Amino acid sequence: MDQVLEARPGALNRPRRSAWHRSRRGSEYAWAVAFVVPYAAVFLAFVVYPIASGLWMASDPSLYGDLIANPLYARTVINTALFVGLGVNVKMFLALLLSGFFMRRRWWIKALLPVYILPWALPSIPAFVSFHWMLIGEEGLVDSLLSALLGIHGPLWFNDRRLALGSNIVAYIWKWMPFWTLTFFAARTAIPQEIYEAADVDGAVGYRCFAYVIFPLLGNLYLVCTLLSTLWTIGDFTTVSLVSEGAPAHSTDVLATLGIHYAFDAAQPSLGVAAVMSALPVLIPIVVMLMRRLQTREVQL
Amino acid sequence: MSVALSSARREQRAPRPRHRLRRVLAEVASVILVVVLLLWSLTPVYNMLLIALDPDDGDIEFEGLLWPPDPSLHSFHAVLTQGYWLVEDFWRQFGNSFFIGLMTMFLTVLIGSPASFALARMRFSRGWLLVNAPLLTYAVPASFLVIPFTRLMASYGLSNSLWAIIAANVTFTTPYAILILRQYATLIPIELDEAAQVDGASPGQVYRRIYLPLMTPALAAVGTFALLLAWNEYLYQYVLLSSTRNMTVAVAIAQFFNSDEAPLNYMMAAAIIYSLPPIVIFYAFRRYMAAALTRGAVRG
Repeated sequence: MDQVLEARPGALNRPRRSAWHRSRRGSEYAWAVAFVVPYAAVFLAFVVYPIASGLWMASDPSLYGDLIANPLYARTVINTALFVGLGVNVKMFLALLLSGFFMRRRWWIKALLPVYILPWALPSIPAFVSFHWMLIGEEGLVDSLLSALLGIHGPLWFNDRRLALGSNIVAYIWKWMPFWTLTFFAARTAIPQEIYEAADVDGAVGYRCFAYVIFPLLGNLYLVCTLLSTLWTIGDFTTVSLVSEGAPAHSTDVLATLGIHYAFDAAQPSLGVAAVMSALPVLIPIVVMLMRRLQTREVQL
Repeated sequence: MSVALSSARREQRAPRPRHRLRRVLAEVASVILVVVLLLWSLTPVYNMLLIALDPDDGDIEFEGLLWPPDPSLHSFHAVLTQGYWLVEDFWRQFGNSFFIGLMTMFLTVLIGSPASFALARMRFSRGWLLVNAPLLTYAVPASFLVIPFTRLMASYGLSNSLWAIIAANVTFTTPYAILILRQYATLIPIELDEAAQVDGASPGQVYRRIYLPLMTPALAAVGTFALLLAWNEYLYQYVLLSSTRNMTVAVAIAQFFNSDEAPLNYMMAAAIIYSLPPIVIFYAFRRYMAAALTRGAVRG
């Protein structure tokens, strides 16, 4: 057992040693199996089986020919790349900066924090429904504010592909930035105060403190969070389906909404599965990277 | 690095008035940022109130006003008394949402905590797959699995059943729960387990008498996360639940989109009522959750 450990040092987040590592025989082994069985059952029944059946549904190569032949698909892939690329990165970077802002010791900043995390506490349906009606047109709150404050006629947000896509991204950032801000905030508070003091003595303040002290310490966490968030966002259905509803004319659909549309509105489940499974070549490398990252160092999520 | 530091030292010797000006500017900037963040966070919430308080029912139109001239709580009253056909099963649907949320929370803890115990405290010589299984779940996002999942549920005879939603939720909350719990478990000294084992405790006893009590904060945090996820979830409910009586509030709200003469103020009133439980739970458990997450935080 110990040899196995040394062969793969730090392979898992191991405690220093296990109370039961000497003899894994008989009842103790049975206990370990019993502890894991419920999760293994869930994993087999609701992850492995649907994935296998999904892959089987999407195994016909002609489906991919159909997909690529449809211009809607290419545009959807571009939309997904923009939605995920911009949404995740802008959100993460702002969250990292804002987590530093919330570290400042001012009462008004402390008082802001509970309000700032409200979007995360708000369920996504009400939040995105509100975004939809806020941007609905001249009568929506955003355009009324624009005309009341600046005297300009706001655009019809969902009649223009770029504006609609932008609305989706902003709504997405609005909903999820607080969660990651809190994650980074928790990580920053875990950095020992002495490090800040030492940096301060050496004159690393402001930008330099961020670039040379904080970022190297949080870099791994930042990467892991970004990868995890990318995984979750590639499959995001709710934002696009409620904020822009794919308007105008399915031109802001992402893979998730297009797949669901094919499967349930157009009654072509195999095509729907093929549309979403075509993201696997991106998803699998991300998962592999994430596994390696999580193994090499302890990271809090 | 050294260049940066030496130039920073030079700056420290800069004349004081400039220093003070910079301070003031930084304060002003931070106040401006606070105001911007307040507006950013609250505008969509304000929009919900604005629409819900509008007294006109029946017509989908806004006046483009920044405050309803004649605010009324009529829409809340209509939703709470189920006084309109689109909200006629509101309380039942609310109950369904609660049932799904609580069962998801319960099952996530029930399944996740023993698995995390086995992974964090007992070692498997071939644990690699088990350790990484949670991450593999995320290789295919939830929305991608929904199509095969729907077929699967139909073959299990669970379509249009709340249990199908609970199964889907638990599938996606448990991996995250195991990751968090494993992180947190590293804070509990393994010597406790050893001492108990020397005294003749079985793994089951160690789990129940030592692990569970010490893990309570993390379990509460993970349970709250599961509840919030269930409350946020929409896709599976939308795809799987077809009858009005089995619907959840989330699907019922989205239902307003499909109706031509849906009164928006009712929809927003329902949305606001639906938002209240998670907000209450969230703020009640906030410190608890933050503590559980922070204590497993990055070390080194």
